[in-house]
Amino acid sequence: MIALQKRPTPSRALSLATPLIAVLITMIAGGLLFAVLGENPFEAIRTIFWDPVFGEFAFYYRPQLLVKAAPLILIAIGLSLGFKAGIWNIGAEGQYIMGAIVGAGVGLAFYPTESRLVLPLMILAGAFGGWVWAMIPAFLKVRFGTNEILVSLMLVYVAEQFLASMSLGLLRNPEGMGFPGSRNFSDYPAANSWINEAAGLHWGMAFAFIAVIFAYVLLNRHILGFNIRLTGDSPHAARFAGVNPTRLILFCLGTSGALAGMAGLFEVSGPSGQINIDFASGYGFTAIIVAFLGRLHPVGILLAALLMALTYVGGDLAQGNLGLPSAAIQVFQGMLLFFLLALDLLTNYRVVLKKRGAA
Amino acid sequence: MDLSAINPVLLIASLMVAATPLLLAAIGELVVERSGVLNLGVEGLMITGAICGFAISVETTSPMLGLLAAMLGGAVLSLLFAFLTQFALANQVASGLALTLFGLGLSALMGRSYVGVKPPAMAKLDLPILSDIPVLGPIFFSHDPVLYFGIALTAAVYWFLKKSRAGLILRAVGESHDAAHALGYNVIRVRVLAIMFGGACAGLGGAYISLIRVPQWTEGMTAGIGWIALALVVFASWKPWRVLLGAYLFGGINVLQLNLQAAGIAIPVEYLAMSPYLITILVLVIMSADKSGAPAALGRTFHASQ
Repeated sequence: MIALQKRPTPSRALSLATPLIAVLITMIAGGLLFAVLGENPFEAIRTIFWDPVFGEFAFYYRPQLLVKAAPLILIAIGLSLGFKAGIWNIGAEGQYIMGAIVGAGVGLAFYPTESRLVLPLMILAGAFGGWVWAMIPAFLKVRFGTNEILVSLMLVYVAEQFLASMSLGLLRNPEGMGFPGSRNFSDYPAANSWINEAAGLHWGMAFAFIAVIFAYVLLNRHILGFNIRLTGDSPHAARFAGVNPTRLILFCLGTSGALAGMAGLFEVSGPSGQINIDFASGYGFTAIIVAFLGRLHPVGILLAALLMALTYVGGDLAQGNLGLPSAAIQVFQGMLLFFLLALDLLTNYRVVLKKRGAA
Repeated sequence: MDLSAINPVLLIASLMVAATPLLLAAIGELVVERSGVLNLGVEGLMITGAICGFAISVETTSPMLGLLAAMLGGAVLSLLFAFLTQFALANQVASGLALTLFGLGLSALMGRSYVGVKPPAMAKLDLPILSDIPVLGPIFFSHDPVLYFGIALTAAVYWFLKKSRAGLILRAVGESHDAAHALGYNVIRVRVLAIMFGGACAGLGGAYISLIRVPQWTEGMTAGIGWIALALVVFASWKPWRVLLGAYLFGGINVLQLNLQAAGIAIPVEYLAMSPYLITILVLVIMSADKSGAPAALGRTFHASQ
């Protein structure tokens, strides 16, 4: 009979291998899905995973990878801190939107001032917008014990409505002839987040790298990071060790909110260009998958975000070339998380063959 | 603004319609949570139920078959969650999120060819004399059968949890899975069945939106109702009748804000549309002081080895 035996400590080798195995299984299952949809599975998989990096037009798609990966890294790094400690911020999408609105608002207030200070101010404002939005569930959890999962998620819907209101009202381009949406930041060099648009490089990528290093140092070299890990592994032990749960909640939610807000700001002042009704693109939710796929480890998240960016870019490519529906990529990403969670069993438990009745 | 355009009788009647998907999803989740499992995938289950029900009823032109298909779809999808949390012992929060993300994608994929299609209409109850009574008729006696089923289901769940032996076992599993296991009850089986029941209810709730309330199919049309249903269970302190009360309250708020939008009140549409979510947060804050109703083993993983 097959039985599960808990490992004394999670297997390190399997912990590293499971994301790779999960990706492989997802490719197989995804191939089957594409076959059901009437596509050639090998061609679909090649279009999604190979062509954007090594194909004929890779010079065009490689920069796109960085553009998509930057917000995913920023958001997922923030989320991973909380997830490690059992604090579930799943409203990063809302914090991303609010960061974009507040940051863009500050930038547009200075239009058309040409100053080196405009972009840094916008970044601060974007981080502040996301931080404030994340502090709502944090404060309510600390003060009233309210579930942060539900509150942060409800605030996504509120932020979406707020975005619609802003792009139709306060932030609408006065010279836009009545169309919804703000002024485009591509016409405002001082407030533009691009470093090199042709290479797909904007300040968000630079901040994403900083965030990865910051998170790595924090988790491995700083007492706060140790407390986060301790709380996640054993809340009781953490309390005996004198860890202040209130401070931890405020820090984890606040940091993830600020990072998500920054991601929104970099997106609005670069790749997206303007505040508009359709600005929200689901990065806040995909980042949850990225955080898990990266094993909540900063370097893992960096790699996972690049892979997830590949499914976005490859998905677009497959949509254009093969007519694969965009929703198929969403299913693909969802499956990835499923397989990853299922395979985690092997990391934490050992499968043993037992003779019945031996116990 | 013209508030006299709002007809109170129609308001109450449409409130009951707006509340039904919430009620169905929340009552299912209540049973799941009373068995000690936190399923955050309600939104994904609802949207999957919405498209399953829609597709089958369009293909067969039978709304009843559509509703059955929605329940089946929800239950099958929830089996994925059951497998992850009960057999692969995965984290329930992460698995629930995975279910929602997957369900949203899957439904969008399945629903591609159904955008803009009109589903067959569900016959409404029409009793000879009762339905024609002014005021009471439209409120109590002229709805679709699913609405009455929702209320009956609430009563049935109340009876099941409070009076039946099986309900007692389910509650025991939810309060202390170790004790229930020691008494010889099969914790995993009870929880898998509860999860499937929750999935079927959420699927039915989703189909109610796409087949009766709206009725058409658009991507992501559940728009957070699954999450509000989760909040509703907290609001109700895990008690069935309070779920009904809460669902009508939320249905009322939603219908009222839609009516105010239509009446052209001075508040912008976007701010009115925020109100159900803001009120959900407010209610959560008020109710979170009292956690005594929560099942003690809620969200904890059970493994029989210890």
